[in-house]
Amino acid sequence: MKNEQNAYILSILVENTPGVLSQVARLFSRKGYNIDSIASGTTEDPLVTRITIVIAGDEGMITHITAQLRKLLPVISVKVLSTANSVQRELVLVKVRAETREKKDEIIQTANVFRASVVDMSRETLTIAIIGDEGKAAALLDLLRDLGILEVVRTGTIAIERGRNTIYDNNKEKGEFNYGKNVL
Amino acid sequence: MKIRATQAILECLLEQGVDTIFGYPGGTILNVYDELYRYQDKLRHILTAHEQGAAHAADGYARSTGKVGVCFATSGPGATNLTTGIATAYMDSSPVVFITCNVGEKVLGKDAFQEVDITGIASPITKATYLVRDPNDIPDIIREAFAVAAMGRPGPVLIDFLKNVTALDVMVDYEYLPKTEHPFHGRLAKLKKRSGWDLKTPEPNADDVDQLVRMIGASQKPFLICGGGVVRSRAHREFLEFAQRMDAPVAITAMGGGGFPGGHPLTTGMLGMHGSRPSNIACDTCDLLIAVGCRFSDRVATVPETFAHQAKIVHIDIDRAEIDKNVQTDHHIVGDAKRVLQLLNARISQADHTEWKQFVFSHRAPPAQGTGLLTPCDIIGTIRNTAPGDSIVVTDVGQHQMWSIQYFHFDYPGQLITSGGFGTMGFGLGAAIGAKMGNPGKVVLHMTGDGCFRMNGQELATVSHYDIPIITVIFNNHTLGMVHQWQNLLYGGRFSQTDLNFAPDFVKLAEAYGIRGRRVTTRAEMEGAMHDALSCGHACVIECIIDTDETVRPMVSAGKPLTDFLLD
Repeated sequence: MKNEQNAYILSILVENTPGVLSQVARLFSRKGYNIDSIASGTTEDPLVTRITIVIAGDEGMITHITAQLRKLLPVISVKVLSTANSVQRELVLVKVRAETREKKDEIIQTANVFRASVVDMSRETLTIAIIGDEGKAAALLDLLRDLGILEVVRTGTIAIERGRNTIYDNNKEKGEFNYGKNVL
Repeated sequence: MKIRATQAILECLLEQGVDTIFGYPGGTILNVYDELYRYQDKLRHILTAHEQGAAHAADGYARSTGKVGVCFATSGPGATNLTTGIATAYMDSSPVVFITCNVGEKVLGKDAFQEVDITGIASPITKATYLVRDPNDIPDIIREAFAVAAMGRPGPVLIDFLKNVTALDVMVDYEYLPKTEHPFHGRLAKLKKRSGWDLKTPEPNADDVDQLVRMIGASQKPFLICGGGVVRSRAHREFLEFAQRMDAPVAITAMGGGGFPGGHPLTTGMLGMHGSRPSNIACDTCDLLIAVGCRFSDRVATVPETFAHQAKIVHIDIDRAEIDKNVQTDHHIVGDAKRVLQLLNARISQADHTEWKQFVFSHRAPPAQGTGLLTPCDIIGTIRNTAPGDSIVVTDVGQHQMWSIQYFHFDYPGQLITSGGFGTMGFGLGAAIGAKMGNPGKVVLHMTGDGCFRMNGQELATVSHYDIPIITVIFNNHTLGMVHQWQNLLYGGRFSQTDLNFAPDFVKLAEAYGIRGRRVTTRAEMEGAMHDALSCGHACVIECIIDTDETVRPMVSAGKPLTDFLLD
């Protein structure tokens, strides 16, 4: 078992039922694991929700937590994605102090470099939206920090596998887990 | 057909073949109990003294019969009183459907009288919880709940009905559906369709079985562990054939008692912290360890890293999440114990491991010398000599539990009922009630300690009221024995808060409930008391006075390797 700490992305398909998110989150808290980000939304099937969780940990821990997740009744499928084999995106909204025209210009220029967009503006502030992976958002936030960030909100990372593979693919392990789901 | 919602609940229980319910009424579940009044001739309800007793009784009923147990309780404190019972069932994979009622929709979440979020509380200790807000969901949810409780790795589920759902003027559509049809209708069918699961038990992977057959062929010193999965799957016949073909020593875990005959020449007894020398040494020296339906708990694999360090470890389990959870394995087969063992038995030939067996069994301890005092071994020896061999043994938790597992012989699944995983003191009496209700033809022995008995002893009221002939044997050492033993050995004899020398007079206590009580201090008295208890046909409490410093032997300290015996 490797003890190396890495960022893992867990894609979890669940039935869209009340309490399912807390059931999923509870498994992490029970083991004392801290979730870095969590994003949830419906899929092509309105009855199915996809939850994406980013968590730092080692391989053993990830194997263990995915095994436990797969046992939950409303969990349909779990896939561990690595940063290399998936495309990740996150939307970050940043409200920055911009009292003067010069400052506004500077912020807009910085945003343009990152292909971020201005989504709202007031006399004293600018709100910037940036979509990208974690690195891109971090770099922009770093620059904006000098100008005075008022607040930041992020959706949490969502990710999808590169290439033909999907979360619906069947394999031996999945078959075993569905059985191990010890239900049906 | 339009029937009352409460009627639908009870009809759905009848669909499942339920005949006995353990429970306790209260404000929010009144409507269901009102309906139960009309179903008295079809559904027997056992009113316990406390909801926890009802939960353990439903659990004991499930463990001893292999059927799904059913337990009712009201909202709030009624529901929270169940939680220890739910967790006990969950840890030991016992199928029980807990039914509670909550406050009405209008006041839900407003801290109404006796309101608690029981589905939230029970979520970590159940396979599934259901909050029923729409009466039309009743049949579907109950059918799903029973399927979930019983299938795969069994376990408890909880259904919480809102009070307005059970209102007596609420009518729902209900059509009788035989149990075999359930997977093809409603929620179960949808679940199956959406996720592509098959409701049938899938076959174990053929390649995995092939590989294990090769590993068995290459092994010179095989060793088997019979876990609770063998008991739950009722795979004892298959396991026996497997062990005999393998000609390998077999250890049981606490939960595996009854999975392999206790008196069989291949058995080494219990494995782990209080495991026998042959078990622990065999585990340490074998070259192939096959564990069936066991989860390598910390009481078995005291040090997971060095557990069976010379062996290839093979894990056969129904729950994929158990594989590599506590102990890293070399190979696994996911499947129902019964089916996997059937496949293996068809593939392996008769082996002969005489030399290996001789080595393992050479470590058997010589029989203990009598000291004149009544010892736990004497007590259980006397019980075994007087009670029928197929008597069901229900234990509480602690020293008497270990002695019971060590000295009794269990020959069939359900013969030993013990809280192995959760270690719930006070489990025994309730569970014994359930076991006797499920097995009226068998003698039920409730083994308990003076500490445990005081935890749910009030269930003697239930025993007395329904005249349930359970024989309760109290090992009274006037202390919290197991903790006392640890304090003596590992805490320098500082007996912090374990002295129970202020217990009530158990004989008088029994008599106060209208139950015969006897106090015994010698083997002869014990024999007499057992004969009386067995012949009287009613419940009986036998208090056995034993030495305070009696210990469970052997003993390995927590976190120490299995062969590092602290006590021989």
